[in-house]
Amino acid sequence: MLLTWFLLVAIMITAYVVLDGFDLGVGVLHLFMARTEDERRLLMRAIGPVWDGNEVWLLAGGGTLYFAFPLLYASGFSGFYLPLMIVLWLLILRGIGIELRMHLESPVWRGIFNGCFGISSLLLTVFYGAALGNVIRGVPLQRDGYFFLPLWTDWTVGPQPGILDWYTVIAGIVALVALALHGANYAALKTTGELNLRCRHAAAFLWPVLVLVTAISLAATLYIRPSLLDNYQSAPILYAIPVLVAASLFGIRRMGAQGNERGAFLASCSYLIWMLVGAAAAVYPNLLASTTAPSLNITVYNAHSGEHGLAVGLIWWSFGMAIAIGYFVFVYRMFRGKLSLGSDGYGH
Amino acid sequence: MKSLYLRTDNPLYNRVARFWAKVFGVNFVLGVVTGIPMEFQFGTNWAEFSRVTGGVIGQPLVMEGVFSFFLESAFLGLFLYGERRLSRRGHWWTAFAVFAGSWLSGYFIIVTDAWMQYPVAFTRTADGIFQVTSFWGLLLNPWALIQYAHNMCGALITGVFVMAAVGAYYLLEGKFVEEGRAFLRVAVIVGIIACIAQIFPTGDLHGRFLAAKQPVTMAAMEGLFKTEAGAPVVILGQPDAESQRIDNPLIASRVLSFLIYGATTAQVKGLNEFPKTDWPTNIPLLYYSYHIMAGLGTLFVLVMTASAFLLWRGRLYQTDWMLWILLLCLPLPYIANTAGWMTAEIGRQPWLVYGHMRTPEGYSKYVHAGNSLFTLLGFMGLYALLAILFLFLAHRLIAHGPVEEPVPDITSGAPVTVA
Repeated sequence: MLLTWFLLVAIMITAYVVLDGFDLGVGVLHLFMARTEDERRLLMRAIGPVWDGNEVWLLAGGGTLYFAFPLLYASGFSGFYLPLMIVLWLLILRGIGIELRMHLESPVWRGIFNGCFGISSLLLTVFYGAALGNVIRGVPLQRDGYFFLPLWTDWTVGPQPGILDWYTVIAGIVALVALALHGANYAALKTTGELNLRCRHAAAFLWPVLVLVTAISLAATLYIRPSLLDNYQSAPILYAIPVLVAASLFGIRRMGAQGNERGAFLASCSYLIWMLVGAAAAVYPNLLASTTAPSLNITVYNAHSGEHGLAVGLIWWSFGMAIAIGYFVFVYRMFRGKLSLGSDGYGH
Repeated sequence: MKSLYLRTDNPLYNRVARFWAKVFGVNFVLGVVTGIPMEFQFGTNWAEFSRVTGGVIGQPLVMEGVFSFFLESAFLGLFLYGERRLSRRGHWWTAFAVFAGSWLSGYFIIVTDAWMQYPVAFTRTADGIFQVTSFWGLLLNPWALIQYAHNMCGALITGVFVMAAVGAYYLLEGKFVEEGRAFLRVAVIVGIIACIAQIFPTGDLHGRFLAAKQPVTMAAMEGLFKTEAGAPVVILGQPDAESQRIDNPLIASRVLSFLIYGATTAQVKGLNEFPKTDWPTNIPLLYYSYHIMAGLGTLFVLVMTASAFLLWRGRLYQTDWMLWILLLCLPLPYIANTAGWMTAEIGRQPWLVYGHMRTPEGYSKYVHAGNSLFTLLGFMGLYALLAILFLFLAHRLIAHGPVEEPVPDITSGAPVTVA
């Protein structure tokens, strides 16, 4: 039961990263890729109908965490207070950035909202990466299960770290590069002509950077917390995960070079999925590790909520998610294919 | 509106539906971006509350995400962007899905709040953690059913007053007259029903239930400091919490007893019956919130009754003074709804979970006041900005009006103009 809910939360977060990841990536890239207003509108329209739905995975994932592991939710959200609030502000700015820009024809108005959208997307990717870095590194949990982290201390990963230290900054950069590449692959899938070519060039340019930062981050992770390999040692089948990450990276390159846009996009989805699966497999059963003493770790065993609630929850959750996945398949099918300019009834 | 269009095939209705869809689009995006933080603020600012109640109120909150947010966000994209790709009927269904999603979402939120007001279907473990014992008991909390009906009537009232005000504005300006009349017609017909239902039965039921379950809250709302048989309703007057009396009272004798118990002589418990530690922490604010809500609710019934009468006599569109009143009523439902929520939440104090967990027990201990103030100021600034943007864009859309625009033709995919 507890493992099931751990997996469900992990699946929701992974779905969020893969889905919202590409629209965050497009948000970052549109600042650099679109040269004309028409091109920008195309990129916006590529994500316009879906970004809001994608973001719901974050909300549903956060809610599921609240419901299934209240201690983790309470401790993590109050401990990461400042960065979470900044993330919320960025989400607000990003939402109005994409949705309000088309209301006025004025270049100044659009400039403001383009900037809003691009910069908040960029900072969000970095913060998400850093957040994952914090979970992997661990936080100074107190005896009552709470902690509070300042934004930064001395940038080292010692027992009293900040949200940002050298390790979490690396994680943030990995997220930025990975999601920008993911976004470029998605944008290539949705566009034609010169813009399409530019997206594919961007993907090709970002690929070696991603390989490099992925390797650095893996090495850094093992350096700061060698114990993360314990699960891998006791179940060597898990070593398939890094192989799959490497295979996905290879796939992104190969499909991109062949001009197989769909394949390249699926490969970057696969890269993100296996990176997160690898992290989840390494930390389980810990949910939030303590940098002070392992006995203070928050685990699935001490953080879960009541058995009856979890059992009943599993029924409606499965039912509800099956329907939700149905909507997503339907919506993505409706909006499949390349885009062209022309009235679509709304905005962009 | 879209439903009317499908039924009558009158392009007027399609035009106005498209117009309201745009207004709704702006409204919705601001609702989404301001709503997202709320789910996280349980954990960030009310960590201890989240830890002990997560197993209970996490339930409706995730159900909201899973059952309503996915529904409304997925179909909103289709509704706003997909008109060309869908049949007319299909497009109507996307609008319906968004509507169903948002109303469902309202219910789950109310279940959460209702549980805090009137906790049901739970046990507490030895270390104080709340656990659900009955899923349906939680979901069908009687408080939630009443509060939901009352709240959704409030939402409808806001909707119809906005629509009526825009209609009145167009008629007074002498532009988009046909559309303005359509707005008024729909708004007044729905409005009279919603305004009456808001007071009776939903408001009435809510009040009686409150009097039974939170009598101290009821006494504070009414400014009833001492127990009285044949208790009056104070219509106007300023509560003086120190000397425990109402200054300059304008009262309706025995009405409160009648409203709660159906008998003019029934005894209503005053604040003096309860220990001071259980009194709502801010009695004057609670009293005013409640009186603003109830006063405006009464005003809405009067306005809508007069409008409905004029509509029935066929004189509404020519009666300028009534149109002026409808126009000026625009901000009032927003105020009434806010006051209503303040009544509910201030009235619940000093409890987070009524009777079980006090407010000072629930906050995040490790988040110090400086951090809270920092983020509070940040949110205030950002929300002020959003408010300005909303007013600016809504004004622009309304001034621009429901004009004929190139409408994507469903069959050919090429833009054509609907006459």
